Amino acid sequence: MSNLDPEAERKRIIRSRNRVFAVLLIGFTILVFAISLAKMS
Amino acid sequence: MTTTTAFQPLPAEWRDFFALTKPRVMSLVIFTGLCGLLAAPEAIHPILGFTAILCIALGAGGAAALNQWWEADLDAGMKRTAGRPLPAGRMDRTSARDFGIGLSVASVLLMGLAIGWLAAAILALSIVYYAVIYTIWLKPRTPQNIVIGGGAGAFPPLIGWVAATGHITAMPVILFAIIFFWTPPHFWALALFVKTDYAKVGIPMMPVVAGETSTRRQILFYAVLLLPLSALPWFIGGTGAVYGIAALILSVIFLLLSLRVGLRRTAAEGDAMKPEKQLFAYSVLYLFALFAALVADHWLVVQGIAA
Repeated sequence: MSNLDPEAERKRIIRSRNRVFAVLLIGFTILVFAISLAKMS
Repeated sequence: MTTTTAFQPLPAEWRDFFALTKPRVMSLVIFTGLCGLLAAPEAIHPILGFTAILCIALGAGGAAALNQWWEADLDAGMKRTAGRPLPAGRMDRTSARDFGIGLSVASVLLMGLAIGWLAAAILALSIVYYAVIYTIWLKPRTPQNIVIGGGAGAFPPLIGWVAATGHITAMPVILFAIIFFWTPPHFWALALFVKTDYAKVGIPMMPVVAGETSTRRQILFYAVLLLPLSALPWFIGGTGAVYGIAALILSVIFLLLSLRVGLRRTAAEGDAMKPEKQLFAYSVLYLFALFAALVADHWLVVQGIAA
């Protein structure tokens, strides 16, 4: 039923986008650390 | 408050942003880039190698997003592309453009800072080549759009190679040339069976402008050219016999399938276009197999198993 409510749908989309963005940000941070270590070795 | 939000369109899902990067095309880009990186004579640290491939993927994704931003109206008129996020109305054009620019800039900067500025410069060139030279300039103007635009898809192995070695030699240029000359028969085989779609939106694809007969002859021309070109890395001593023999076998099959398309008369109304569909499907397999053979050959030579 919540799919029919535009406001609930908007919140769901934004929540899922934020989650993906957070995962990408964490991944990028790990990558930068890994690159630094690889460059130093 | 409720009245205002009711008229606001829903924001695009993250899946739509992902679809904007053309994941299926990207898989071929990642694969050829990885093969260029692995077949290079100098080894690269695995983390840096991963980063280089990630940058190639991000750059390709950014260019694909810019392509869809520019062609949203054309995509809406074609059955094959009407379901994409922009023509389907699931995303606004500004978001697509900003996403494309963001990905492109990020990929070039990361490549430059982590790998090297020569690889980053070639990556930047490939993005501009696809998003501007091909999409905006050539595609709507000339039936040779695919021939020159093929360069955009030919960059990944060159970038992969340069990321590993730091310089350009004959081998990565030949790999570039192989994809460059593979692209016209690959796309024209597709254009032959989706001709009506391209004609409907006014894109001057070869079958629409020059006709089927001319397109079929040109497919054959490029398939003939591809035979010696694909074996050239072996002839110049850049690879071993494993790659050379695989390249010759794969290219002979490519040529035989192209012969069926090239010597065929103009298809009648309601024709299933089976030879064209077979050539298109095989052309994808051909490129995967050829580059896989390149890496396998390099590995066998490094292990001392093959000469």
